[in-house]
Amino acid sequence: MHLVGELSAVLATALFIFALYWMNDPKTARRGVIAGVVGMTVAVLATWIQPEIIHHAWIVGAIALGFVVGVPLSRVPLTAVPQRTALSHAFGGLAAGLVGTAEYFLWRGGSATAEMTHFRMSALAAEVILGFLTFTGSLMAAGKLQEVRWIPQRPVTYPGQNFVNIGVLAIAVGLGVAVAVHPGAPWAQQAFLVIAALALIFGVLLIIPIGGADMPTVISILNAYAGLSAVAMGFVLDSKLLVTAGALDGSSGLILSIIMCRAMNRSFTNVLFGAFGKAQPALAAGEQKEWKQETVEGAAQLLEQARNVVIIPGYGMAVAQAQHKVRELYDALTKRGIIVKFAIHPVAGRMPGHMNVLLAEANIPYSALVEMDEINPEMPQTDVALVLGANDVVNPAARYNKGTPIYGMPIIDADKAKTVLAVKRSKKPGFAGIDNELYVQDNTWMLFGDAKAVLSDLVKQFGSGGIH
Amino acid sequence: MSDFGSMVFVFVLATFIGLGVIRRVSRLLYTPLMSLTNAISAIAVVGSIVVTGADHPLTIRILGAVALFASMTNIVSGFMITDRMLKMFKKQ
Repeated sequence: MHLVGELSAVLATALFIFALYWMNDPKTARRGVIAGVVGMTVAVLATWIQPEIIHHAWIVGAIALGFVVGVPLSRVPLTAVPQRTALSHAFGGLAAGLVGTAEYFLWRGGSATAEMTHFRMSALAAEVILGFLTFTGSLMAAGKLQEVRWIPQRPVTYPGQNFVNIGVLAIAVGLGVAVAVHPGAPWAQQAFLVIAALALIFGVLLIIPIGGADMPTVISILNAYAGLSAVAMGFVLDSKLLVTAGALDGSSGLILSIIMCRAMNRSFTNVLFGAFGKAQPALAAGEQKEWKQETVEGAAQLLEQARNVVIIPGYGMAVAQAQHKVRELYDALTKRGIIVKFAIHPVAGRMPGHMNVLLAEANIPYSALVEMDEINPEMPQTDVALVLGANDVVNPAARYNKGTPIYGMPIIDADKAKTVLAVKRSKKPGFAGIDNELYVQDNTWMLFGDAKAVLSDLVKQFGSGGIH
Repeated sequence: MSDFGSMVFVFVLATFIGLGVIRRVSRLLYTPLMSLTNAISAIAVVGSIVVTGADHPLTIRILGAVALFASMTNIVSGFMITDRMLKMFKKQ
């Protein structure tokens, strides 16, 4: 029986690594899902048939409930995928926190089989801290993304915030060390509960000062935490399978966090403790330039005369659910022989890869989706750059204006295109609260309105011939 | 019972494998990647099954059952939504 467990763990580990390996190409990626499902099924069955498992009804019930909630969660509209992802990190953290708590009290109750070494106890404390802070932190992130009414969307900051946050975490970690040194002390049980409570509070405090534009980074960081809490659980339960799977998840979260941070030219600590998006002092108030508004007819003409068009989507496209209208415009233009490409900024949207998924949903071939680094050299030869609900990622001020919070952030060079058309919901500045110089450039024309409505008017201009 | 040295050893090697494999993941697929790794890390389900199903006190088993439910939700929704998204990526 022990051998079955070991062999199935090795098999599941191999399958998980293959699952991630196959994600290197959209053509093989779906194979990865099958590998993941098989690996998971093997691991669950091998655990379930262990002789000490006797309460089968409980397991069946919890698994059934998991299906009842999980299936609808997998069918959310793709614009809601960031929330769903944050929610799943919350569930992952919760599971780790609860299993850790259960393990500790099992040992205190004298019914645990394994000995409580200092190493195991340290892992247990880490598991509970990481698990519970990921739980509440991710719930907050999901609430912000879902725009739940009683969770403030804008960053909430107060004097001494970082001091409070770091203080709460430091007390939790300090107690964790104390419990790890004296796991059996009479006060350890209370200390353990305090650690759990502080971790829950810290998760909330950590996310309160974070705004929407930072969500891609924060979701990636929470992803890494969720993975690490699984690793810690693996140390506690002495399961190499858990350690490996958690490490794979953790390294994925780590790489994505690094990519997101680089794409914003910010550090981890700056994202977590920098409170991006605070109201910004008015810059260069003297030289206020006016934007020029364009009619839909004029914009359609500009597009029709172009030989190549680059569309730069942003969060505004997701909010307006405009991806299907984008597809209609794409069809209308490509039918006229115009080359259309999409320029994807790594942090466009609310999570890594958000724009790619939305455009793929609208059946836009992925060969037309081009990364920032590849498209930028082509921008000066681009006839029309159509900015669609993107803002900070095309702001030329990022190149030279040290006064803006986005200074140094790599941007898509929309301003270098021969003509720029910018679709914008309102005349207000973007999430980071910064004026966008692109909009007042000489070759920029603004189209105000909801992205979906503007695009639909635009598509109408191309007549029924271009659209099926 | 393997010692802590060998567990840390496994962790370090797995992290290197993870970094190597994830670095090669297509940039198009970061969103499905996140839901896939999320489903995979829900392997915590094996811990939850032991806590829920073994002959433990009732409160412990309740904690385990909630954890099992949370992990199972991640497994089901994670794999399903990953597949749903991947189906949408077409070359032409």
